[in-house]
Amino acid sequence: MKITLFIPCFIDACFPKVGASAVEIFERLGHTIEYPQELTCCGQPAFNSGYWDETREVADKVLVRLKHSEVVVIVSGSCGAMIKNFYPQLYAGTGQEAAAKALAAKTYEFTDFLVSKLGVTDLGARFPHRVTFHDGCHGLRELGIKKQPRQLLAHVQGLELIEMSEAETCCGFGGTFSAKFPMISSAMGENKIGSALETGAEYIVSNDSSCLMHQQGLIDRQKKPLRTLHIAEILNTR
Amino acid sequence: MNDERENILGRIREALRLPAPVPGAHERQSAHPVSEREAAVHIPEWLPSVGVTFEERIALFQKNAAELKAQFVLLDGAEQLASQLREIAAAEGWKKVATHANELAECAANSLGLPVVRTDSGYDVHELESCDAGISTCEALVAQTGSVLVTSKSSGGRALSILPPHHVVIARREQLIADLPAAFALIKAKYGPENYPSLISFITGPSRTGDIERILVLGAHGPKKLTILCV
Amino acid sequence: MSTTPAAAEFKRDATTLTKDLRHRSLIRTALKKYEIARDSKKALFQDWQSARQTAAEIKWDAINHLDTHLADFARNLEARGTRVHWASNAEQAREIILTIVREKKASAIVKSKVMTGEEIHLNEALEKEGFEVVESDLGEFIVQLRKEPPYHFVFPAMHLTRGQISETFAKELGSAPTDSPEELTMIARRVLRGKYVTADIGISGANFGIAETGMISITENEGNARLTCALPKVHIALMGIEKILPKFEDLALFLPMLGTAGAGQTLTGYNSMYGGPRQPGETDGPEEFHVVLLDNKRTTLMADPEQRDALHCMRCGACLNVCPIYKNVGGHTYGTTYQGPIGSVITPHLRGLQQWKHLSFASSLCGGCTQACPVKIDLHHHLLQSRRNAIAQRPVWWEKIAFRALSYLFNHAGLFSLGMKLGRIGQIFHPLVKATRIDPAHAWTQSRELPKVAPETFREWWQHRK
Ligand code: SF4
Repeated sequence: MKITLFIPCFIDACFPKVGASAVEIFERLGHTIEYPQELTCCGQPAFNSGYWDETREVADKVLVRLKHSEVVVIVSGSCGAMIKNFYPQLYAGTGQEAAAKALAAKTYEFTDFLVSKLGVTDLGARFPHRVTFHDGCHGLRELGIKKQPRQLLAHVQGLELIEMSEAETCCGFGGTFSAKFPMISSAMGENKIGSALETGAEYIVSNDSSCLMHQQGLIDRQKKPLRTLHIAEILNTR
Repeated sequence: MNDERENILGRIREALRLPAPVPGAHERQSAHPVSEREAAVHIPEWLPSVGVTFEERIALFQKNAAELKAQFVLLDGAEQLASQLREIAAAEGWKKVATHANELAECAANSLGLPVVRTDSGYDVHELESCDAGISTCEALVAQTGSVLVTSKSSGGRALSILPPHHVVIARREQLIADLPAAFALIKAKYGPENYPSLISFITGPSRTGDIERILVLGAHGPKKLTILCV
Repeated sequence: MSTTPAAAEFKRDATTLTKDLRHRSLIRTALKKYEIARDSKKALFQDWQSARQTAAEIKWDAINHLDTHLADFARNLEARGTRVHWASNAEQAREIILTIVREKKASAIVKSKVMTGEEIHLNEALEKEGFEVVESDLGEFIVQLRKEPPYHFVFPAMHLTRGQISETFAKELGSAPTDSPEELTMIARRVLRGKYVTADIGISGANFGIAETGMISITENEGNARLTCALPKVHIALMGIEKILPKFEDLALFLPMLGTAGAGQTLTGYNSMYGGPRQPGETDGPEEFHVVLLDNKRTTLMADPEQRDALHCMRCGACLNVCPIYKNVGGHTYGTTYQGPIGSVITPHLRGLQQWKHLSFASSLCGGCTQACPVKIDLHHHLLQSRRNAIAQRPVWWEKIAFRALSYLFNHAGLFSLGMKLGRIGQIFHPLVKATRIDPAHAWTQSRELPKVAPETFREWWQHRK
């Protein structure tokens, strides 16, 4: 299958290993990867801030460029939800509504794509550590992804998954919310990290790097004995 | 203020000119639309299950009552009822009770040999307030929730079941019904559409509050104790 | 964001409270108890999701045909001797109630929980004219003594410890200090008992209004509403026009859903329907029953079809109880009658979008509220829509420029790459200003470390690889 990989802006800039892991995993599974370099961002920051005209300026380009792709895979639940759920709303009642819906239908979040579309759960990975899983809210509630990453982690050799008490509670990132209301955002993050620490895990793992960026920022500032890691990086270990 | 009525209804009609999205449209798992008529049929299938036989339902009522911290006693006949009531009266040192005109309730109350206040035809609130117990009948017992269904017509008015510190309900076995839909159907069949009592109330356990640190305390304003004697 | 006074206050209080670890843990502990109870009661339902869908559909029907339902409701109430009053706004509602109270020359008024009363500032109006008003719900009674607004529209005193409540009682009622919730409850019981027996007027709210039979339904645990509606000679119920349910038997679904979602009880202690004043042949109950129907901008919300479902709300409080924002900033910070997600959705409609839009931005849009809502209100998406509406109406100039620039950047991958290269240089010098006021990333770095631009970005890796 020819997979078009959409790499969100912050993964491109700060977490390239996440994208690289996805590329390597899919290639090992025998698929071809296409990376449209002219796309940089899905437009979510402007969208969530209420600037829908500005969002369409970015999204227009995404719609056109991905029009002929077979499938589109995104290594972030949040950006996945943007294209899958919010593009159709963004273009509702416009001439591009059909195009937005067509794109939404062939777009997948990374773990969902592996499990639901490719039917793969065992990638032969090995990661001998205790981890806890953070469900990014957009992946969980907008896209309904809960089992898929856990099925994938269950097949990782040596990995011990310990669920935290508030796995489904938001960590407080929330995109521009984290900068508009940093005090609330950080308090929420502290609760999250607290409940991760209670599990005794070494890593917080998630399918969303944006949540992890916020959590890692807090962990580093408060010097907590924890690290964050995107699930793709674990699945790409040997 | 009658013109406000027209103003409000007018604004509503104006507002409703644009249609709203169908309910649940935003949910991922697309919801199956149900019409009002269908809903009424299905509601019992969605609410907590209640069992089929009388035994199962009485056991469920018993379990719910215990969880709610209400006393539930299953008795055989009027004699046992009277002696059970005497026992409670003695244990709690009742000096005065209140009841209403009803064969079962009155008979039981009279057997106590205590002063009895009747709420049927005008009573003094202070007098009712000073009673140790209010003894009333009910419309039904609801197995699903452990509730006692009372109305102002069946249970001696509005205050008898709420003002005295101990509410004793006297019920007959055949008054046990399965679930909430059955309770509403019963009231509708018995009183509707013209003669509804001015109060219809589901009493589910003794009065309670969790307003202080979400810690359960019984007897916030209404009865501290609820006893259901079923013959 | 342009800052309104309400927004500034919100930010100020949120900053204080998010730092208050004692407050945070008090609320978390209380809500953890709720969560456990709710989950166990929800599990009893044979099919909670279908129940939710049906509840949403029944409310949809009620709201989208509200004109007929409301007219039926009023007609059926009037047929049995109830006086129905219509109030377009808060002032009219206050005036209607004051007129009744004046006419009766009431000496004492007892109230059970009435959120619409908070909305129209009823107590202040009554007290200004010299009438004594006592809140009878324990939580409301406590916050009334402390002259505070309710902290939560279901659990009004959730933010207080027993120690604080004991102090309040000692100061205001002269009771001996105690740390037993039981004793504290009994102190309130004794004080309030006296009030019920002497009050001339009882004021209540209504959780539902049944169109078919002309009844209001009140849900409570303590029995205070039962007493309020039993003893005084006059009963006034104040309800929002959106509280309508079409049929009597709809309650068979709504009462257990309200109990389960709201308090973790299959049914709350007392669920009572009132269809009129004392009827012929009845022994007690009020001589007069007044129902005051309140619009107060509900029709404005209704005129927005996208967010009309917010009128389905039965004020169960479930969305507050799961809201991580609410748990961290607390109920008073909102500065609204209705706190939490539903408050953030409806307040801009009821009190002005520009003044209250900050509440829609003060959300991570996690969707926990929408998932919890028993009547399927699309809460978090409404917050998103309000952001869009507020910005479309009045954009913030510098944000607009910033997002324009960003769009340009994102649409020119070459520029974007250059930006990342510059970022790599910039981050070498960033420690010099990090977390200070002049740090351009101050909003982030005051509490968090900034992620670093990688030595090799993904696109660089991709290009090198080929
Ligand atoms: S919006 Fe939904 S969850 Fe929130 S109070 Fe209303 S009914 Fe309950």
